[in-house]
Amino acid sequence: MTPHSIAEQIRDKFPEDVLEIVEFRSQVAIVIKKERLKEIMSLLHMHSDYSFDYLVDLCGVDYMNKKSPRFEVVYHLFSIKHRHFLRVRVQVDEDNPTVDTVTDIWKGADWHERECFDMYGIRFEGHPDLRRILMPEDWEGHPLRKDYPLKSDLGDLEWKGYRDLIEFSEKARQYEVR
Amino acid sequence: MDHTNNGKTEPNEFQLTEIEQGIKIIPGVNAVIAALDKVVNWSRYSSLWPMTFGLACCGIEMMTSGSSHYDLDRFGIIFRGSPRQSDCLIIAGTVTKKMAPIVRRVYDQMPEPRYVIAMGSCACTGNVYDTYSTVLGADKFLPVDVYIPGCPPRPEALMDGLIKLQQKIASESFRWSQWR
Repeated sequence: MTPHSIAEQIRDKFPEDVLEIVEFRSQVAIVIKKERLKEIMSLLHMHSDYSFDYLVDLCGVDYMNKKSPRFEVVYHLFSIKHRHFLRVRVQVDEDNPTVDTVTDIWKGADWHERECFDMYGIRFEGHPDLRRILMPEDWEGHPLRKDYPLKSDLGDLEWKGYRDLIEFSEKARQYEVR
Repeated sequence: MDHTNNGKTEPNEFQLTEIEQGIKIIPGVNAVIAALDKVVNWSRYSSLWPMTFGLACCGIEMMTSGSSHYDLDRFGIIFRGSPRQSDCLIIAGTVTKKMAPIVRRVYDQMPEPRYVIAMGSCACTGNVYDTYSTVLGADKFLPVDVYIPGCPPRPEALMDGLIKLQQKIASESFRWSQWR
């Protein structure tokens, strides 16, 4: 079964949730609304014709000033049994950046969703342990958002732990032998 | 010097011979006379023990320098696994803001005299990573003695940096005193 026919079958089953089927260089993606994500995902996972048993990657995208809704969560799916790929893109709006978790379908989504939360601030409803994974726990802001400062000098947004360190080393400087 | 030369030299008269600048010996006597600075510095730079602390790809190059092909042991440089046994912290790699307090803590655990080498462009200036997570140079929070540029520096460059540090230690004065 080709990825395109899978995408069309999904669109036939969920006509008002699948917004678009995108094909680029024979890679097929379906753009869906977030409301029935869980149903579509478990169908893709459980149905023996699709059997997407491997979540290759899960990532977030920020389309600030380019698209509305602003965020997208992208799921790269692969079937080890049938050897086919499919990409699922879920639209997430800025005011309520929440998506249902897929950790109960693919266990490996756990850390990917934590990274996505860390970098974009998209909350995954029902995630067992939604903490930051890369940045320190008391870090403010989500660094991969397009409105986050680009350079190393974060100004007022600077992490408290780093500010304390700079303050401490300024104080410690007078005791250095130079 | 000939001590048995009859009458020319009194046996209790010291004949100091300078074997190197500032270091004198009395021939036939098991003694060296030198400035304390010189002796202390000599013992320090001859057994410079760096901390095993690689942060990124420069750490790989640091490990290579310690291996048999480049052989840092011949300079008396032996990597130690504990900051309490180390004299020198080689910051090998990108320092992230999350890692910076830990690097500082390792440095603070080292006993005096202690030295810091910033190895690689990242540890010197932050390199191209002028981003939210990167500290732009280890000298933002540590007193760095030697900067080694390169991305990553070759083992020869690290060796050169360590020899520069040895030269710096050799030129120190009065660092052994508690009043310094």
